[in-house]
Amino acid sequence: MGVSNIVFIVLLVAAGALFAKNAGKIARNIRLGRDLKRNDRPGERWKIMARVALGQSKMVVRPVAGIMHILIYVGFIIINIEVLEIVLDGIFGTHRLFAPVLGNTLYYFIINSFEVLALLVIVACVVFLVRRNILRLSRFTQPEMKSWPATDANIILVVEILLMGAFLTMNAADSTLMMYAHLGALPDDLMHYASLPGHDGFLVSQWITGLTPDDPYAVANLERAAWWFHIVGIFAFLNYLPYSKHFHILLSFPNVWYSNLAAKGQFTNHEAVTREVKLMLDPSADPYAAPAEGGGEPERFGAKDVRDLTWKQLMDAYTCTECGRCTDECPANQTGKLLSPRKIMMDTRDRLEEVGKNIDKHGKEHDDGKALLRDYISEEELWACTTCNACVQACPVNIDPLSIIMDLRRYLIMEESKSPESITAMFNNVENNGAPWAFSQADRAKWIEES
Amino acid sequence: MSETLRVPTMAEMMANGEKPDILFWVGCSGSFDDRAKKITKAVAKILQRAGVKFAVLGAEESCSGDPAKRAGNEFLFQMQAMMNIQVLDGYEVKKIVTACPHCFNTLKNEYPGLGGNYEVVHHSQLIQELINNGQLRLMGGGTFKGKRITFHDPCYLGRGNGEYEAPRALIEKLDAELVEMKRCRSRGLCCGAGGAQMFKEAEKGNKEVNIERTEEAIEVKPEIIATGCPFCNTMMTDGVKNFEKEGEIHVLDIAELIAQAEDL
Ligand code: SF4
Ligand code: SF4
Repeated sequence: MGVSNIVFIVLLVAAGALFAKNAGKIARNIRLGRDLKRNDRPGERWKIMARVALGQSKMVVRPVAGIMHILIYVGFIIINIEVLEIVLDGIFGTHRLFAPVLGNTLYYFIINSFEVLALLVIVACVVFLVRRNILRLSRFTQPEMKSWPATDANIILVVEILLMGAFLTMNAADSTLMMYAHLGALPDDLMHYASLPGHDGFLVSQWITGLTPDDPYAVANLERAAWWFHIVGIFAFLNYLPYSKHFHILLSFPNVWYSNLAAKGQFTNHEAVTREVKLMLDPSADPYAAPAEGGGEPERFGAKDVRDLTWKQLMDAYTCTECGRCTDECPANQTGKLLSPRKIMMDTRDRLEEVGKNIDKHGKEHDDGKALLRDYISEEELWACTTCNACVQACPVNIDPLSIIMDLRRYLIMEESKSPESITAMFNNVENNGAPWAFSQADRAKWIEES
Repeated sequence: MSETLRVPTMAEMMANGEKPDILFWVGCSGSFDDRAKKITKAVAKILQRAGVKFAVLGAEESCSGDPAKRAGNEFLFQMQAMMNIQVLDGYEVKKIVTACPHCFNTLKNEYPGLGGNYEVVHHSQLIQELINNGQLRLMGGGTFKGKRITFHDPCYLGRGNGEYEAPRALIEKLDAELVEMKRCRSRGLCCGAGGAQMFKEAEKGNKEVNIERTEEAIEVKPEIIATGCPFCNTMMTDGVKNFEKEGEIHVLDIAELIAQAEDL
């Protein structure tokens, strides 16, 4: 075992451990949320996951972004086979371990298809960069997309281009070496590069073999450099994920599996409220009775902070890709109101990260005196929502920003009795007249006589 | 408008020892708003023409609780819901039709969790059903033949409950030309009234939602904007007035279209 194998194994283990640690923190943060049962009807859930996450059915609603995204996505999934080979080569000090196993023809075919995908991925990333930075599509220039979110997106795209570039460079150098071997001009100590006899270059990278140096040793060094850059880049990228919206490549699958299967118009019935209302309506109930056992701290009505949300709402926040399709379809946002459902998701994630850091530093019960409501999301944003569900429909990974908006509204109303004046008046009318307007309930059938 | 209306209340029917097949849930807007009352009457006339045995709750009906719920007042919502469930169960109601997608959604989806289980249909669905089973026969080729009609999807019927086709099927029954707006069906734009917005000033912005939506409707040059919700109807009517187009573009509910075409 050579030094480079040892270095490689150390890097591999370190990258894996660091990633596990940070991913574990995210899992812990998600578990700070309230309980929610979301594992009924597994058959339907697998289907929806196959359709929406694997099949990208909601991505293609917008064809340009949809198709580009599918390229990057397929490229990512397939290239993992290549990464597996690289990792095994790294561990065992082999070169193109899969070539003899798969046989020349099949191996060529596979690597050639990777190369085509790599090229397409580069094209797609360039298109995405152009859309974001030159065309400046409106949904990428909203206020919540300044600073980090914009940088994050660009970093991801540039890194993907670099990684794909390294992959193609590596193959080009390898092709050159094999061509030397073919001509009998490869020095003996480089002969392990000649793992594919009769080779005349891979489909895409053969076009850049002309750029490789003339000296076989320099070519071999280039191959090694690109190889290391590629794999170390992947390790680094893996560890970048937990800090980035790009974490969605891992979470979108479970997130879609745990989708809300009920009709979108159906909002949850708050159970604690049901108990109290039943008590109020039941003439035989003793109003002075002690609260039901199992009490402890009474449950908060609605949500003020991230811990009042369910784990699914928190998982939504970590899954959000900041694509802005929700905001783009939001009637409130389109007419210039402050509300942006994407911002609701980003705020929820930011606040949750903050709470998580507090826990790391000061222990689980720490209270920093801040909350999702008001420190992040204003009342004005909340009241602009028409509950139209356009955001929920638009989200390619079945995130539900509306449910968070509603839980925050519930807190405002039920815990703080805070609502715009006209809404309070509406409540009073419903309570006193059985209608949101000040009409008498007795007049409900008047329309019959008027006809 | 030829037929006179006969609309019994549940209490009256009960007193006569009768039981309707279906309860017509009128809703607050349909009961009190002068414009929406016309929709209510159109629905009643269609039911009557089709020979459906129906009744209303009249003074015993109360707000379904939708605006309270969407505004976040779960207490008030559940109070309303449980009182309504008591009334509905008292009359042993099995099936409900309503012309308001908000009532439709609430009764259909949120009442079961509180013990109220009914078969709830939107009037566009019921009318389609009546046509399909031959109870209601449309002449077709009448008032609306060849007219350009665009349909504005109500959020709580469409996205909320996945019903996009029933209202469109009815428009096609009128031999009219159905033209779709840029944003329709699952991507339809809200009228701006949902989520209790109807009862408050909109937040600060650069436009009202109903203006944006009406603009979009006007783009397809319709003679009629069809709606399936009394709130959408109000919002679109206001929008059309805002552009001073009320002479050229009429805003009519699906039920009104059918009733007018059949000269009810
Ligand atoms: S439900 Fe609310 S946040 Fe979502 S699109 Fe509609 S108005 Fe915007
Ligand atoms: S919530 Fe969904 S649609 Fe909105 S930005 Fe996030 S991923 Fe995109």
